[in-house]
Amino acid sequence: MKTRLIAVGLLAAFATGMAVAANKETSSTSEAEKAFRSSFRSDNPGYWMKRLDQDETMALCSKYKNVPPKNVKLKIERDQMATIRYPIEGKLIGDWREGEKLASSGKGGHIGFIQPDPPGTARGGNCYACHQMSPKEVAYGTIGPSLKHFAKTRGSSEEIVKYVYDKVYNSNAFTACTNMPRIGYNNWLTPEQITHIVAYVLDPESPVNQE
Amino acid sequence: MMRTKMRLLAGVALCLGLAATQAGAEGKPSDEISKYREMLADGNPADLVELRGEELWKTARGPKKASLEKCDLGLGPGVVDGAYAQLPRYFKDSGKVMDAESRLVHCMITLQGFTKEEAIKQWFSKPGKDSDIEALVTFIGARSNGKPIHVPHKDPKEAAMYKTGEYIFYRRSGPQDFSCATCHTSNGMRIRLQELGNLTTREGAGTAMKSFPAYRVSQGSVWTMQHRLIDCIRQARWPEPEYLSDAVIALEVYLQGNASGTVMETPGIKR
Ligand code: HEC
Ligand code: HEC
Repeated sequence: MKTRLIAVGLLAAFATGMAVAANKETSSTSEAEKAFRSSFRSDNPGYWMKRLDQDETMALCSKYKNVPPKNVKLKIERDQMATIRYPIEGKLIGDWREGEKLASSGKGGHIGFIQPDPPGTARGGNCYACHQMSPKEVAYGTIGPSLKHFAKTRGSSEEIVKYVYDKVYNSNAFTACTNMPRIGYNNWLTPEQITHIVAYVLDPESPVNQE
Repeated sequence: MMRTKMRLLAGVALCLGLAATQAGAEGKPSDEISKYREMLADGNPADLVELRGEELWKTARGPKKASLEKCDLGLGPGVVDGAYAQLPRYFKDSGKVMDAESRLVHCMITLQGFTKEEAIKQWFSKPGKDSDIEALVTFIGARSNGKPIHVPHKDPKEAAMYKTGEYIFYRRSGPQDFSCATCHTSNGMRIRLQELGNLTTREGAGTAMKSFPAYRVSQGSVWTMQHRLIDCIRQARWPEPEYLSDAVIALEVYLQGNASGTVMETPGIKR
């Protein structure tokens, strides 16, 4: 009886300790967020400042430094899978030539006073920033895995086509907190543009699948 | 001016001699020497910027017609040697954690009588219009050469800034879901052809932090750390934080903290 009481007491003390620690954590996080937000000019256009807002996925990935615990990871992947939208005609493979232009361009979306993109700059998919694709292009980054000969090694079944489309549309549907942007989900590219990129990755004629 | 340049060259030559004896003693291939030779042959254009900064430091300017020679960069009034390596730090007189740049501006305001607006109007160079701040920071940075970066963030205000910096480093947002961590947490990665260091380790952060302010060949000018960070934030497709804002200083506390122990070697040369 006595031991149980002590145990309960200890548990209570432990719980309070946890609560205090958690409170401390939240207060330092909100202080940090305040310091961050107040570092921007107050006369910035509203749509610029919206870029600092976080959706639930961003907030969770930030909190866990991109290594979420299993249950959080599964929840993010489930939720993100449900966001994927397809082009109206339903065709997931477009024109690889268009896809090549999109994959190669890192332009678009730069704002601010110092070096903004000229108005009307078309946004690119920026795939080469992170992936090797065509073996002919040497200026590729290595943040993501090589996609060279993707169709040669993975095939181009309906399943693979859908996978590449879905992955580009919302990378987090497969890997919560990946470094790869959610290109369709964020309205960075349209579903139609994504079908061109899918073609660039999977079309046997595409340089990605040539020598 | 000319005399100082001569002194600088003599200094480099001295280093060369030193490197030569060391390399000789250890019997290592003389990488360092060839580096210095290269430097002597081409010259880092930032050396001239540094000299201009030194002149500016000593010249009486502003409404109060004062030089910056009494500026307290954290090691006491007038002490420039080793100061950059220990910044950012908490300053009692302003009640703030300040980096080299915000402290310099503080001195331009308090000692020389400039308004903040005047002081930071040209915080980076534009074609045909050199920035005084850049030159002054290059001078201040170089006076820490050979000193280890030491930002232990022991003071509670500094510790809080470190936490804030770490928080911002991992904070994802914007149309590309980027955070600093996206580009700067792996070893040996590239974005396109540009190499990215892992800024969460001493080696990675050190490689970056010890070499700033640095001459950027692609830009044809010296970039201070504030400029570097504000530009990375632009690349992340976020709006730019204000020059000298807490977000930038917090990131610097975080990065200098991670880089602590690395020996300063500025001005660096970057892509
Ligand atoms: C900022 C970095 C980044 C960008 C930009 C990026 N990716 Fe990725 N990508 C990654 C990373 C990291 C992975 C591996 C982790 C994962 O699966 O999410 C990946 C994985 C993939 C995969 C899955 C590979 C496999 O073996 O299953 C595909 C397909 C892919 N990316 C295609 C693209 C395409 C196409 C684009 C451009 C429209 C693109 N990525 C842009 C970082 C990026
Ligand atoms: C989209 C990619 C990207 C993002 C996001 C990004 N950076 Fe960078 N960062 C770069 C590139 C590219 C360079 C320059 C490398 C070069 O000059 O070759 C760089 C350079 C740097 C350097 C100097 C490294 C050196 O050794 O010269 C520092 C420090 C740095 N970044 C910090 C940050 C911080 C802090 C953030 C977040 C606020 C951030 N970066 C966000 C791509 C990025």
